[in-house]
Amino acid sequence: MDLAVVVIIQVLYAVASLVIISAGLAVIFGMMKVINLAHGEFMMLGAYSVIGATRLGVNLWVAMLLIAPVAVGAIGVLLERLVIRRLYGRMVDTMLATWGLSLLLVGIVTSIFGNTMAGVSAPLGSFSIGAYSVSGYTLVIIAVAVVLAVAIRWVLLRTQWGLIARGTMQKPDMANALGISPSRVYSVTFAAGAAITGLAGGLLAPLTGVVPAMGGAFIAKAFITVISGGPAIVAGLVSASGLLGAINLLATFASTPVLGEVALLVAAIVMLRLLPHGITGRFFKGSL
Amino acid sequence: MNRFVTSWVSAALWLAIGIVLLFGLPVMLDDYTLIQVTIYAVMSILGVSLAFIWGFGGILCFGQTAFFGLGAYTYAIAVLNMGESTLPFFLAIGVPALFAALLGYVIFYGRLSDVYMGVITLTVTLILFNLVNSTAGPQWKIGVAPLGGFNGIPGIPTLNVPGNADDVLSPKGLFDVTFVCLLLVYGALRVLIGSKVGHVIIAAKENEQRALLLGYDVRAYKLFAFTVGGAIAGLAGCLFANWGAFTNPTIFGLAQSAQIIIWVIVGGLGTLVGPIIGCVAIEWLTTAIGTQQTFNSNLMLGAILVVFVLVVPRGIVPSLGSLGEWLYRQLAHKRMPAPAPAATPVLPRRP
Repeated sequence: MDLAVVVIIQVLYAVASLVIISAGLAVIFGMMKVINLAHGEFMMLGAYSVIGATRLGVNLWVAMLLIAPVAVGAIGVLLERLVIRRLYGRMVDTMLATWGLSLLLVGIVTSIFGNTMAGVSAPLGSFSIGAYSVSGYTLVIIAVAVVLAVAIRWVLLRTQWGLIARGTMQKPDMANALGISPSRVYSVTFAAGAAITGLAGGLLAPLTGVVPAMGGAFIAKAFITVISGGPAIVAGLVSASGLLGAINLLATFASTPVLGEVALLVAAIVMLRLLPHGITGRFFKGSL
Repeated sequence: MNRFVTSWVSAALWLAIGIVLLFGLPVMLDDYTLIQVTIYAVMSILGVSLAFIWGFGGILCFGQTAFFGLGAYTYAIAVLNMGESTLPFFLAIGVPALFAALLGYVIFYGRLSDVYMGVITLTVTLILFNLVNSTAGPQWKIGVAPLGGFNGIPGIPTLNVPGNADDVLSPKGLFDVTFVCLLLVYGALRVLIGSKVGHVIIAAKENEQRALLLGYDVRAYKLFAFTVGGAIAGLAGCLFANWGAFTNPTIFGLAQSAQIIIWVIVGGLGTLVGPIIGCVAIEWLTTAIGTQQTFNSNLMLGAILVVFVLVVPRGIVPSLGSLGEWLYRQLAHKRMPAPAPAATPVLPRRP
């Protein structure tokens, strides 16, 4: 019984961390069809802003939930204005340019902070279920993932801003004719995606070591989750995270964490062969 | 793509330059620089493999290093087990080609779009990196060759003269073999591109729908191009393992994959020589930057990639080619007032 509860928490945690890692990318790719290969580096910047802020004496929660998203969102606006704006509609060029940005960001952060591991310890300690001990922070990650998914869906479906954003993505010239500036909407959407990614980096900073090259560990997982999810942003994100997270965790239990990662990636490739348009290209069609 | 770059004259010209370099460089350079040039040639073969599948096949593979790494590891494992290097050399080409064929089957016959293609190849590379990286410890070995995990495989025997395992190549010999391989690969690819199959491959890149409607099974042609690219990358990997007598998982890494793409972008997409020039230039720059500490090489590579995508998206060689053609036309225009014939698009050309 205790074991079952622990396993369920672990599965939820695996799914939740995939949701958190991929949410920012899902927004940017799902809305703007921009493949942001600097996604991992945005997370890395979020993690570094948490490290920097806590060193300056800011409360850890404020740093993770507020400073990281705001800082990375601001960087997102800057990069969108300088680079990505020039490449809309040229998908492959965008991929290449964002890959260049990712190398550039790694280089800049390495020059500033050095190529050493920094870290903050996870708050909240742990509690025990029967003979097993579970970290309290695990539950925070699960809760944030749920809130994040619900919030993205709510903003896109129920607010004026979400309506404008979705409309602009479908027909920019029509939105423009109605008095909305598409370039501003693109900017804000990209910033929102970047901010969510920064939040993810901040939240995961206590769990992973913070090094300049840490982004590489997330990029493949995030991509494969978003692509497996398919066209619906939130439904795709949650369903793909659920499937891949569970596969990852079960394979990890059965063998080693490395093989767990491999199982996740292999499962995603096999799935894309069977469902080339992702899960929501076949199921839950028309949802968001 | 301009006429000069695709014409046979340019192929002959570049091959002639290559042959002059093949005989000239060992005379002009000392051994240390020659070894340095050998690695440039190895990397150029890798660059050409991506230049072919991306520039002519339209297949953007983010994981060309997967085949490169597989080639290096296959050679290392096979030669440590067999002791003689002839069969391992061919295995190092065959195994990556087979892997490319399998992967290409999943991608092309699944009709995945090019963006998904990039993500999948990236993922496969990461899988290989993770797998090989985790094989530290004596229990991981194939035959007598330990895989060594993140430490890699040291002490890989160098290529020997076929049939005689004791007669191993000197650094000069390895330079010759590598450079001849580069020239052969270049020449063979030029022949392939000029052939009917090559025209179909290019046609499929230019307009997949139209090629399909003309009755060509685009999937098979793309798969063929991808497999050839994998084989060439495997050859480069084999030569890489020979060059340093060492291989480790970082050759599967993302940084390496990014570099190849940067060579092609900088040199010029749609040419075979451009990526070689890009490769030599970037490798030289990275080495130069690596020897001093103030400036991070990632920073420079990233900046180069962003700037080229934004400002010189066609790369150096095609831009210089157009510049040359423009100058030529200006001069010809001055000499005789008749209007110079407009450059006609030559691809896809009828066989």
